[in-house]
Amino acid sequence: MTAIVNVFLKKGVLDPQGKASHHALDSLGFSEVKDVRIGKQIIVELDSEDKEKAEAEVKEMCETLLANTVIEDYTIEIR
Amino acid sequence: MKVAVLRFPGTNCEFDTQYAFEKLGHTTELVWHEDEKLPVDIDLVVVPGGFSYGDYLRSGSIARFSTVMKAVSSYANNGGKVLGICNGFQILTEAGLLPGALKRNNNLHFISKHQNLCVINNDNDFLNKCKKGEVLNIPIAHADGNYYIDDEGLKKLEENNQILLRYSDSEGNPVVVNGSVTSIAGICNETKNVFGLMPHPERALESILGSDDGVRMLQGFEN
Repeated sequence: MTAIVNVFLKKGVLDPQGKASHHALDSLGFSEVKDVRIGKQIIVELDSEDKEKAEAEVKEMCETLLANTVIEDYTIEIR
Repeated sequence: MKVAVLRFPGTNCEFDTQYAFEKLGHTTELVWHEDEKLPVDIDLVVVPGGFSYGDYLRSGSIARFSTVMKAVSSYANNGGKVLGICNGFQILTEAGLLPGALKRNNNLHFISKHQNLCVINNDNDFLNKCKKGEVLNIPIAHADGNYYIDDEGLKKLEENNQILLRYSDSEGNPVVVNGSVTSIAGICNETKNVFGLMPHPERALESILGSDDGVRMLQGFEN
């Protein structure tokens, strides 16, 4: 089983990398860009058959280590 | 005074930190991240600067789970004094020993220069030898020093005199250096025994090298 974890800065927390990339896209003529946010994707391979159990475990991983919930939100997708 | 200086893979300011405290007449001991206990009879734990675990995932996020940090947490929770400098500050916020978090600098640059800092509060064991409103000149060197805390947390810091230092001009007016909330450069916890700052006082000991303002900062712990 594979867990795809996406970690992004929370809405309202300024994302300097997203802002810089947005500016660069503007300079390149991509004027229709409204917002750019940069996060990271963490792919966790799990030795598990139980989807619910896996999701609970990955949630705990996020809360403990993978995300800093003071500034970041995360999403989990189990495949 | 006896000072324990922590060492993680990737720490690079441990010898400067030892040098600084020994120059001020104190004894120091390096503590490896795998150690389960801190040395006995210590007066202060310093989490020095560097790039623990290569700053992987987030600065300080891996180091906070090292064996020695369990001992540091219980030392701090029992009132022991802990100082985190630069990466040490990041580790202490990740560990939840200090509120808030440190993000990538707003301009995305690694900033390395001498910087003026305004002393915001001195009613603590760290900055008691500095005057409130005084401007100190201390080197900074970081990529992730952009301090973030939500409005409610900021209010608590302000009400409880937990803001230690702000980046400032030579007159003490706050300036934007890395995007930190209200230009915060250093804070302490609610019980004022855990301190964290991005600037490096251990690099400001000799006026011939630019500044000796770090001496009075580190001497604060002598009380």
